[in-house]
Amino acid sequence: MAMLSVNNLGISFGGLRAVDSFNITIEKGELYGLIGPNGAGKTTAFNLLTGVYKPDTGRVLLDDVNITGLSTIEINKAGVARTFQNIRLFRNMSVLDNVKIGLHNNYKYSTTSGILRLPTFFKTERQMNESAFDILKVFGLDKEANFLSANLPYGKQRKLEIARALATNPKLLLLDEPAAGMNPAETDELMETITLIRNKYNVTILLIEHDMKLVAGICEKIFVLNFGQQLANGLPSDVLNNPEVIKAYLGE
Amino acid sequence: MNKTGLNSMNKFNKSTINNIITIALIIVVYVICQILISTGVMSNLLQGLLVPICYYSILAVSLNLTVGILGELSLGHAGFMCIGAFTGAFFSKCTATILPNVFLRFTLAIIIGALSAALLGALIGVAVLRLRGDYLAIVTLAFGEIIKNVINVLYIGLDSKGFHFSMKDTVSLNLLDDGQVILKGAQGISGTPQNTSFTIAVLLLIITYLLISNLIHSRSGRAIMAIRDNRIAAESVGIDITKFKLLAFSISAAMAGVAGVLYSHNISSLTATPKNFGYNQSIMILVFVVLGGMGNIRGSIIAAAVLTLLPEYLRFMQDYRMLIYAIVLIVMMIFNWNPTCVTWRKNHPIKGIFSLLSNKTKKEA
Repeated sequence: MAMLSVNNLGISFGGLRAVDSFNITIEKGELYGLIGPNGAGKTTAFNLLTGVYKPDTGRVLLDDVNITGLSTIEINKAGVARTFQNIRLFRNMSVLDNVKIGLHNNYKYSTTSGILRLPTFFKTERQMNESAFDILKVFGLDKEANFLSANLPYGKQRKLEIARALATNPKLLLLDEPAAGMNPAETDELMETITLIRNKYNVTILLIEHDMKLVAGICEKIFVLNFGQQLANGLPSDVLNNPEVIKAYLGE
Repeated sequence: MNKTGLNSMNKFNKSTINNIITIALIIVVYVICQILISTGVMSNLLQGLLVPICYYSILAVSLNLTVGILGELSLGHAGFMCIGAFTGAFFSKCTATILPNVFLRFTLAIIIGALSAALLGALIGVAVLRLRGDYLAIVTLAFGEIIKNVINVLYIGLDSKGFHFSMKDTVSLNLLDDGQVILKGAQGISGTPQNTSFTIAVLLLIITYLLISNLIHSRSGRAIMAIRDNRIAAESVGIDITKFKLLAFSISAAMAGVAGVLYSHNISSLTATPKNFGYNQSIMILVFVVLGGMGNIRGSIIAAAVLTLLPEYLRFMQDYRMLIYAIVLIVMMIFNWNPTCVTWRKNHPIKGIFSLLSNKTKKEA
């Protein structure tokens, strides 16, 4: 059964067809790569999938539930979490609190019991702390738990963003250029982490990336977008040797 | 317990320790003041300022929730104080003969003042919280002025048949012989029972502090701060922006309403003038918040207390009073936020005393 099934998704900005007839089917547990030259519409596709933009045409099914045109919040509750190309952390809050905000909808107690410090507050907060530390440990961020998130080095900020997205307990995780700005050693480590969380949390992953080493190294399938349209789709070995793809990336 | 678990426990206790320190400070100041009053050392001027310090602190703490924690600039805080003051005073005056029990009546007045301010806060919030930054500031400023001006033309009377309303004058209320006019337009409400005391004011300050501090360090508080730090990211992790914005805005308004009730029960005649409920007042509360530090609840209380006392103690300077006041504001700003001053303060013994205090409480706890 497909985890994500996208049919004929498209959006125009004025006269520009930013994404056109976007069709993709991602099986449960798959690690899918979305690549393409700059301005191909990759991030727009992510924004369509997460409800930041409302699509003009098409349909998005998550685990056979129609999530087309829902709000970002509803889509997250349905099980889609994402990271951002330009890191969007809660910069004035601690690393731990960033992850705990990700846990917001998984652990609940009322505002009143928070203000009155009722037993449910202490119990739930303890569970949240434990759960948040579990996730932080996977990313090797547990020692920095009380740091201000803005003070983390760049690579760790990227990891924290993934950790926060994972804390919402998603079925589908969308990573927008997770390796951007990382050095080769950090990228290697990130590849291991991505594979690890896929297996450990049983989550389906779709990632945008320019680093071909990462894409070829961990993605099981690759989708190539160019000028908003599909250029190629399939196994890495086929896609990366496709002459059309090479032409789009390197020119004639 | 493993090391990371301990870490989280420490962090968790930090807010509790902070609460204990702040409340201890408030209680110590309260006890000192009571001793000074009973020994007759404290001047009448200062005694008269004790309650205003409390309600200004409540206003500053509550505005800090909107400005420092939610990150939205609101310039209509005096408007919510105005609503609390008038509904509280209105209730007290109506029920002065029916409810002879002062404690019960005043408690109800505070609850009614808080609820009506919260209700109005929620109503205004629905309308304006989709705006951001400067636009929100301008609209809240306008709402604050509208509240004040509507009250200035409103006449309400009570007789055996019930309430009578008018926007014209007292005659058009058509009251029966046994009726009395409660709200007299620009003349406001006079003869409200003066139930506010320093003790009650301090108690309400502590309650407000606990309420807002506990809120900030709970799940809802984190959500509110997440909206402040990055709205798009907050949406992406499923946080209901509208709900938590409204929550913060209404709680902030409710506490301003409480401060209003304290204010109206501390004076004999309540009128809505630009001086007490105008935008100057709103900006003054904002000054308390900015000087005390955005998001720093204890700082708001200290700033409100210092800046309420200061103009009174500068009276001997006569014409130069406001000039000196402005200079003191600038100096305080630099002392609070200049990086050199921050480092210097960190190495200064006063900070040592605080850390000693917190260490001690940690061991006891």
